[in-house]
Amino acid sequence: MGMWLFLFTELILFGGMFLAYAVYRFKYPGEFQLAATELDTFVGTLNTIILLTSSLTVAMSITALQEGRKALSMLLVTLTILLAFGFLVNKYFEWGHKFAVGIYPRSPELLARTSGEVLYFGLYYVMTGLHALHVIIGVAVLTFNLVFIARGSVHAGAFVKLETGALYWHLVDVIWIFLFPLFYLIH
Amino acid sequence: MAVNTEDHPAHPQHTVSYASYLLIWLGLIALTAMTVAAAGIDLGRWVIITALGIASIKTVLVLAVFMHLKFEDRVFRVFLAVALVTLAIFIILTFFDYAFH
Repeated sequence: MGMWLFLFTELILFGGMFLAYAVYRFKYPGEFQLAATELDTFVGTLNTIILLTSSLTVAMSITALQEGRKALSMLLVTLTILLAFGFLVNKYFEWGHKFAVGIYPRSPELLARTSGEVLYFGLYYVMTGLHALHVIIGVAVLTFNLVFIARGSVHAGAFVKLETGALYWHLVDVIWIFLFPLFYLIH
Repeated sequence: MAVNTEDHPAHPQHTVSYASYLLIWLGLIALTAMTVAAAGIDLGRWVIITALGIASIKTVLVLAVFMHLKFEDRVFRVFLAVALVTLAIFIILTFFDYAFH
């Protein structure tokens, strides 16, 4: 219950940003399209598949725990954490490449462009950055759960902590489901 | 109001099978492929509608099965609906304000 209420606050946080995105995209459709061509659709698609798969593994870890298969559950949570790291590594290289070609907030290269493109990259950095922060927090939450399962404080009879962590993780996935087409797929 | 506490869930335990999770995952991957493929076609103003439509279907799948909303109390679904409608109203009102500025 508490987790759902928290997820609603997250909805409003990201909702506000999606609203800003919607208004600026409406105002600068051409510039957004032009700027979006600089994102790598392949990396975006790969990260989408990684996150969807991590949602699958964390969901399965609950079933495994409910069935009393502790080792399998721990393996699935570990896989989820590894996939999250895979996502972050991709993000790191993606941002690194952008920085290397001079596209980062307030860079001379970016400021020389039209205001629509500046806004696009501003929203890109803020929204994917905030999302990446959520991924990092999710990794921490899942790591705690791994320890709890190992110690036996989270088990087949008491798995609410894992369920709550999984809920948060799925929210991170859902936000990415919207970020992906809005930033990578507007050619 | 009955609140589910951690130690005494008011609703019976639901175990979702690995097979149903896998099926949903396959659906999500297929929808991802669809949205990438659709982006390659010039649909004009339908581009954003298609993208958001597919994203919404994916979200419903995640919410219903991965997040167990399908098996939760009705109260959760009502709460979520209220939150989403509120967000939709914000967005629609903003565009009205924007259009008549």
